[in-house]
Amino acid sequence: MWYWFHRFASPAYFYRFAGKAIPWLATLTGLLLLAGLYGGLVLAPADYQQGDSYRIIFIHVPSAWMSLFIYVVMATAGGIGLIWHIKLAEVIAACSAPIGASFTFIALATGSLWGKPMWGTWWVWDARLTSELILLFLYFGVIALQSAGEDKRTASRASAILALVGVINIPIIHFSVEWWNTLHQGATVSKMGAPSIHTSMLVPLLIMALACKFYYATSLLMRARVELLEREHNSNWIREALKNHE
Amino acid sequence: MKPRRQRMIFVAVMLLGVALAGVLVLQAIGENMLYFYSPTQIKSGEAPANHTVRVGGLVVEGSVRRETQGVTVNFELTDTAERIAVVYTGILPDLFREGQGIVARGRIGKDGVFVAEEVLAKHDENYMPPDVAEALETARSGGQVKAKP
Repeated sequence: MWYWFHRFASPAYFYRFAGKAIPWLATLTGLLLLAGLYGGLVLAPADYQQGDSYRIIFIHVPSAWMSLFIYVVMATAGGIGLIWHIKLAEVIAACSAPIGASFTFIALATGSLWGKPMWGTWWVWDARLTSELILLFLYFGVIALQSAGEDKRTASRASAILALVGVINIPIIHFSVEWWNTLHQGATVSKMGAPSIHTSMLVPLLIMALACKFYYATSLLMRARVELLEREHNSNWIREALKNHE
Repeated sequence: MKPRRQRMIFVAVMLLGVALAGVLVLQAIGENMLYFYSPTQIKSGEAPANHTVRVGGLVVEGSVRRETQGVTVNFELTDTAERIAVVYTGILPDLFREGQGIVARGRIGKDGVFVAEEVLAKHDENYMPPDVAEALETARSGGQVKAKP
């Protein structure tokens, strides 16, 4: 297993593997996205109270989940890079940050658009919204540190430390709606017992969540390939890969 | 000690430190992170008087009275234990209705009536089609599910 792990973590092998995987992942992302959007916007019935406005959850909720998921991946990869000095882990952490920041922004923006007609306000400083905003700033901090130094590896180490410190925010975001009275509603899908959402709405929501996961995988591999080319531009495997048009 | 082991310990100690700091901060903040008070807390005097506070609860069924002139509304809020009277002048959000959770920002008047400057609707975590909601409602009131016209 360790042999396999080391092989996979070698930039040359990863570069080739990613090149082969990207078309498949991209196709899957597209198909899931189409299925999820059709299910969510056409097939799913309107909500008993919110009417059609609730349909924003099909993008808002998966984005919010992704904003947490990507942060955990980024911090874990950063920690691995910090301890074992694995180049690929540093690249994964560096390439995850902009994708995670985008998902966080989408979650905040769509929530705000929904909040105006439903709550009666664009924004409130309750625990859920505030902690999610802090997450966006954490992503910005990681991105800024990535591009702060001349040496990419030093920059990676600095941003990994920030990412690890920020991990404390993840449980706070998740449990904020339980620990405090917030204007934001409580958990629907991930609570104990059955989810309090009708199956006809839950299925497209889960498909959209899966589509976002695959989008992340596709985007991450594409970014990681470019980042590897940039970081390793003097190494032999790149010269060979370019010769073979991979 | 190998440098890799040192780095591992460094990361572990850092994570522990951050977690500890987080727990301490959360305990210190405690109640101050509450976005609103419940009617029970207001009645027991937990909310500071003569300050702008928020109160959240369910709008009591049958308590909404609109004044004949203007857009002033009177209603009561409950957390199923206590009730508090609220008066508000302004436009209410879409989701405002009897039985709905709302959050009002304002002050407690001399007569105990909460004078709201802002009313926000708090949505619950349930999503369902209208016919399912209707079936649930009739089931709860002991009636039979109506056939759809």
